[in-house]
Amino acid sequence: MSLTNLTAIELGKKIQNKEVSALEAVQAALDSIDSKEEKINSFVTVDKEGAINSAKKVQKLIDTGELKSPVAGVPVAIKDNMCTKDMLTTCSSRILGNFIPMYTAEAIINLEKAGAVILGKTNMDEFAMGSTTETSYYGPTKNPWNINHVPGGSSGGSCAAVAAEECSFALGSDTGGSIRQPCSFCGVTGIKPTYGTVSRYGLIAYGSSLDQIGPIAKDVTDCATVLEIIASYDHKDSTSVKRDKLDFTSALVDDVKGMKIGLPRDYFGEGLDSEVKEAVFNAAKELEKKGAVIEEFDLSLVDYAIPAYYIIACAEASSNLARFDGVKYGYRTSEYNGLHNMYKKSRSEGFGTEVKRRIMLGSFVLSSGYYDAYYIKALKTKALIKGAFDRAFAKYDVILGPAAPTTAPELGKSLSDPLKMYLGDIYTISANLSGLPGITVPCGIDSKGLPIGLQLLGDCFKEKNIIRAAYAFEQTREYKHSPLS
Amino acid sequence: MKQYETVIGLEVHVELATKTKIFCSCSTEFGGEPNSHTCPVCTGMPGSLPVLNKKVVEYAAAVGLATNCKITKNCKFDRKNYFYPDNPQNYQISQLYYPICRNGGIEIETEDGSKKTIGIHEIHMEEDAGKLIHDEWGDNSLVDFNRSGVPLIEIVSEPDMRSADEVISYLDKLRLIIQYLGASDCKLQEGSMRADVNLSVREVGSQEFGTRTEMKNLNSFKAIARAIEAEKERQIDIIESGGKVVQETRRWDDNKEYSYAMRSKEDAQDYRYFPEPDLVPVIISDEWLEEIKAAQPEFRDEKLERYKQEYKIPEYDAQIITGDKHLADLFEATTAICNNPKKVSNWLMVETMRLMKEHGIEPAGLKFSPENLAKLIDLAESKQINSQIAKEVFEKIFNEDIDPEKYVEENGLKTVSDDGALREVVKKVIEANPQPVEDYHNGKKKAMGFLVGQIMKEMQGKADPALANKLLKELL
Repeated sequence: MSLTNLTAIELGKKIQNKEVSALEAVQAALDSIDSKEEKINSFVTVDKEGAINSAKKVQKLIDTGELKSPVAGVPVAIKDNMCTKDMLTTCSSRILGNFIPMYTAEAIINLEKAGAVILGKTNMDEFAMGSTTETSYYGPTKNPWNINHVPGGSSGGSCAAVAAEECSFALGSDTGGSIRQPCSFCGVTGIKPTYGTVSRYGLIAYGSSLDQIGPIAKDVTDCATVLEIIASYDHKDSTSVKRDKLDFTSALVDDVKGMKIGLPRDYFGEGLDSEVKEAVFNAAKELEKKGAVIEEFDLSLVDYAIPAYYIIACAEASSNLARFDGVKYGYRTSEYNGLHNMYKKSRSEGFGTEVKRRIMLGSFVLSSGYYDAYYIKALKTKALIKGAFDRAFAKYDVILGPAAPTTAPELGKSLSDPLKMYLGDIYTISANLSGLPGITVPCGIDSKGLPIGLQLLGDCFKEKNIIRAAYAFEQTREYKHSPLS
Repeated sequence: MKQYETVIGLEVHVELATKTKIFCSCSTEFGGEPNSHTCPVCTGMPGSLPVLNKKVVEYAAAVGLATNCKITKNCKFDRKNYFYPDNPQNYQISQLYYPICRNGGIEIETEDGSKKTIGIHEIHMEEDAGKLIHDEWGDNSLVDFNRSGVPLIEIVSEPDMRSADEVISYLDKLRLIIQYLGASDCKLQEGSMRADVNLSVREVGSQEFGTRTEMKNLNSFKAIARAIEAEKERQIDIIESGGKVVQETRRWDDNKEYSYAMRSKEDAQDYRYFPEPDLVPVIISDEWLEEIKAAQPEFRDEKLERYKQEYKIPEYDAQIITGDKHLADLFEATTAICNNPKKVSNWLMVETMRLMKEHGIEPAGLKFSPENLAKLIDLAESKQINSQIAKEVFEKIFNEDIDPEKYVEENGLKTVSDDGALREVVKKVIEANPQPVEDYHNGKKKAMGFLVGQIMKEMQGKADPALANKLLKELL
């Protein structure tokens, strides 16, 4: 058993007990990166020197007893859409290929205060737009379970890095499933918290009303612990919520007796792979065995979630990405004729196809004459979907279903048919439209040897319900290390 | 020729006097090195987020209340999307769908002295842009984001005005209300108040509006008046010669007294407004609104009445003094100390105005303290200094805010009312001027003035004129 095989919390304990130094832990991760990056390409930037320096600093604080956090000295990877002061932050786009932020995202500051050591920045779909990490300007990330398959996306780099054990845990962001779906594809665990729980300050926005940062790790304990660290009320983020208690780890108990779990029939219908379906049903049975009350129900409106989501997310993105214009920072075309031409060429050359598609889609739905028909209608739909979840959570503590309709597709099979790719988000996007927390935990391996993920959704601010259910389920099953780990 | 009527509505931008910007804590102070009052938020850095400055809401609501608007208790911000390098995010955070104030109006006095209400359609909050500096010789343009994120309100009137005179009257009233609130200094020349004029003409009696144009770059009341006259003539000429007015934005050049088209409606941009997702709705509770209401100052009209009633100041003087918040504040503070409103008013109306004109400064630029003016008035009223000396001392107060008591003492300017000392001087003057003395005895009263003047000259102006007169008559 090597250091990289440990969970973040196991490693953190060894560091606190002085069995392992922070530097040894970080060096082990850097060695792991060195040996695997060529195959999987999870990172856009690896900051060896910075990581070693901060490991030394953290060790001193551990030695003096100032740092007692469970992640002190534990190596972490950060999705490349979160600003890190003095460290390249690209959003996996050419347009930010040279962008070095002047400040660090709030969630990362929280991690740094706890002594986690940043290894570098992970690959992603460009500006988090995609479900495969293939839209990255810096090449696709491969799935550590089978390098001919995608890791999912958009936090594919973070999930692959955790599954390949290049880091002990990672941060991802989830706008429409970008943590939960790649976790499912890579056989790791990740939480998308309730909107407003983790500050978005420093997260480069895709869909502002949907984006949330969350933890990705090997197990539920790691995720709950990291979430407790990164969650904070932040006055710099107006959508940040002041919550009474952020004691997510208190829900790490193997007890689901009497817990009401609803299985939406709409999530088990056409389009769902039979092996995924079976694994997810089996997971429900395990929870039932532990005393949970399982019931099927009709959630309704599921078909409307995808169009509503793509309208809202793209509308916001078309405006959020307007600032990348070649004027202030980032890529500027080499030759141009006047301001308008400079804008046009810089953006045409700086953005990839999928990003341009979504900017155009978003600009279209906001243009005069179409605003009411598309954008306003999407907002109404969003409200109706939230209503459907409100009714469900009046009856159930947790909603259980798959995280994705299939396991990881092969590389190069998704981008040619974007509509099909969008449909793959069907089980995850409703949580973003409704602000709900969700967690993905591994629940099986299909006949191709690829991981299957179980998704649990909770009502807003009820992370503890899903953490408890996920933890209880996790106890029924061994963690499966990927072949590349 | 047909009779035409001019229909005018205004869009007035006012820069609010907050210490910090609308969505970050950077200073709003003028000047400073380019880009020294900036942060990730007001330079549009990726990942930065806006946080609303509460004071902006308070000022905007206060202006709304003072202009009889309905306050939107649940107002929202929207994004106005357009590309321009002075706008770091390439969208402006503004309000379209739920502006903070709606449906108000203020009463103005028209040329013939009658009252008229000018409707206010809405008031909304928004952020200012940065400033582009074009290199005239080189190939570069530079951008300074110090002004980026400075809070503005836009006050949109109904098309209720019919002449340049009404427009000026409305703007002046608006300016006074906002100045009295302390929400802005409202200087057109410096751009803290900017007015765009929407103007159309129609035949007298017609119920329908003509096609309007929007006029920008109006930097003074005079420029506004000139631009309105010119645009009215231009539109009438077009109609009279059988043409059609084109809906467009025009830019006024006050030096050439001419406007030119900037962009027409056809190439008007689609701003793709949508609700700003980074900000939550602004909930203005009844309590908060009550607090803002309670903090409203006494406005100009009430003050004017009070000055006439309480202080017995003539209408004209009261108009002038209340016509500027700084003057009114100075008047009241000084009166509170020396309790002589009539004299305070006189000093402000005569000497202060004269020196302001001479030095070319605005009331806001007055530097002297009410304490020193009050002391001066006391010195003059108790006849410790005569009026000529008082004027000289005031000039010192005006320029350097000196303490007049100390100054008079140190420079020995107190009136000499010592009988003996003055008597000697009077004797000397009588001896030295036999001709005027003779003239006086021959009934030429004018000679008396000359002799008093000589006495004052001898006394370096410090003589009590009444006493000098008395002694002179006696000794003659």
